[in-house]
Amino acid sequence: MNQWLLLGVNSITLGGLLFLLSAGFSLIFGLMRIPNLTHGSFFMLGAYIGVSFLGLGLGFWAAALLAAAAMAVIGGGIERLLLRRLAGQELAQVLVTLGLSFMIADLCLMIWGGDPISLDTPAGLSGAVPIASIVFPAYRLAIVVIAVVIAVALWLMLERTRLGAMIRAGVDDAPMARVVGIRVSRLFTLIFCLGAGIAGFAGVMGGPILSVYPGLDADMLPLALIIVILGGTGSLLGALLGSIVVGFLYNFGQVLFPEIAYIILFLPMLLILLFRPQGLFGRHAP
Amino acid sequence: MIRAAAAAVALCALAAAPLWIPGGYYLNILSQILIYAIFALGLNLLVGYAGLVSLGHAGLFGVACYAVAWLVAAGAGQLVAALGALAVLLATTAAFAVLSLRSAGIGFLMITLAIGQILWGMAYRWIDLTGGDNGINLAARPQPFGISLAFATPFYYFTLIVFLVALASVAVFIASPLGASLKGTRDQPRRMSALGYNVWLIRFLAFLFSGLWSGVAGLLFCYYNQFVSPNVLSLGSSAEALLMVISGGSGTLLGPIAGAALVVVMKNVASAYIERWNFLLGAIFVAIVLFMPEGLVPGSARLGRRLWLRLRGVPAAGGAR
Repeated sequence: MNQWLLLGVNSITLGGLLFLLSAGFSLIFGLMRIPNLTHGSFFMLGAYIGVSFLGLGLGFWAAALLAAAAMAVIGGGIERLLLRRLAGQELAQVLVTLGLSFMIADLCLMIWGGDPISLDTPAGLSGAVPIASIVFPAYRLAIVVIAVVIAVALWLMLERTRLGAMIRAGVDDAPMARVVGIRVSRLFTLIFCLGAGIAGFAGVMGGPILSVYPGLDADMLPLALIIVILGGTGSLLGALLGSIVVGFLYNFGQVLFPEIAYIILFLPMLLILLFRPQGLFGRHAP
Repeated sequence: MIRAAAAAVALCALAAAPLWIPGGYYLNILSQILIYAIFALGLNLLVGYAGLVSLGHAGLFGVACYAVAWLVAAGAGQLVAALGALAVLLATTAAFAVLSLRSAGIGFLMITLAIGQILWGMAYRWIDLTGGDNGINLAARPQPFGISLAFATPFYYFTLIVFLVALASVAVFIASPLGASLKGTRDQPRRMSALGYNVWLIRFLAFLFSGLWSGVAGLLFCYYNQFVSPNVLSLGSSAEALLMVISGGSGTLLGPIAGAALVVVMKNVASAYIERWNFLLGAIFVAIVLFMPEGLVPGSARLGRRLWLRLRGVPAAGGAR
């Protein structure tokens, strides 16, 4: 019984990490209508940058925040310098993000080498927390708390601020948003900074659990893709729900059906594509 | 007239390749180019002529690869194995097409990417069936009509014949009324639909034909390496094939062949000098999409012409485009 409970906790933890990854992916998809195929690379590169900051003697959280900031700059730069040149050509933009993902993957291999790097659990969270006679690992609970905090912050930003209203307008109808004077292209840059930053932060946070290795990007990108197709593009609630579903499918699939875990992961996505192409909470079909 | 002469010269050069190419190593590279050219020809039917960009075609290439290796390992004869692999391939392609043709554009790209990843996941994780990371070995190359393909030269001629059949069939397909209507569904799907064409069926048939040649290339690849591993089905392989198509010029008959030659040569040459092939692959991808989306050959011609005009002081005529 205890083992299943722990598996459930692990699933929710993974769901939290996946939410941080897919929230930005979903907003970028919703606003710009492209699946950003570098998003897994943002996660991995963020984690590696975090490793380097840790190596400089910084604390875990300082390293995570600095990695997030670095990724925000890189993400914004990619949108500004490359994708902007292909405005309106969605297919070309997707191909550029695909090419970039190869470049980033190889660059990481060149700089940080091929061996997996495991990050130490931050001091103070390496212990366990007993709740109702069951012992939970403290760090995993912390990830869930942080994911919830960021989810609430993103939700408040989207629903309660002027900027959020502009982003929602852009997701609903970008040409109309332009007509009423919203500078949608500026939102593109901003959303890329935000998405890349959160993904990089999630990469560092995932470090103690997943460790950092070449191929982490290719492991994470399909998960983000599934989540956004499940939840619908541009929807935070959809990303949250999709993340938890994928978190559970991933962990339980690995334990119950290790050989076909990967297929189980993709099945719900295929069903959604067939019967509800706009996703559970989405407004547009991709 | 000039084109016919050029084609004849190219054909003679290919047929006489074992005479003028020094050594088996280079002949093998030429065989690789032909195999990937068949793959790119198949993918180009969708990317270039149907306007449907697939990021999962390595899955079809790989399914044929695995099927033939698995059947031979299970004790089937070479002919039975090849035919069985083609049957498995066509069934997979049909399912692939039914799922992905529910949408076009970015949606199509995402679904093909997802299905490609599922096939990769099966090859990687379904260890009982596929051997997982260890892959499957192919005991021997087939011996059509008793001719051994174990050495570079006969294998090269075998590949060349299959390549020529593929090229001819694709050329006939494109020139046929079906090919013309396929181009119609690329440019004006709604108008084609209004004219009474069954857009879905046209795309489906093109997909089957595209999958067939991708899979035949996979078969040859399996014969060539006598080994198949999950890497064949990876997203990287799909991206490489797509790069061949768009670098040579999608929607042209010969472009994908040039692209396949470019990528295979670069991969072999570059990997002799640098380790960073994937970085180069990504960089070329980005550069081509940004600067010459019509492909390397027409693209460099255009850039060269513009440079020439600028050197002579003529204001750029194409600036407004």
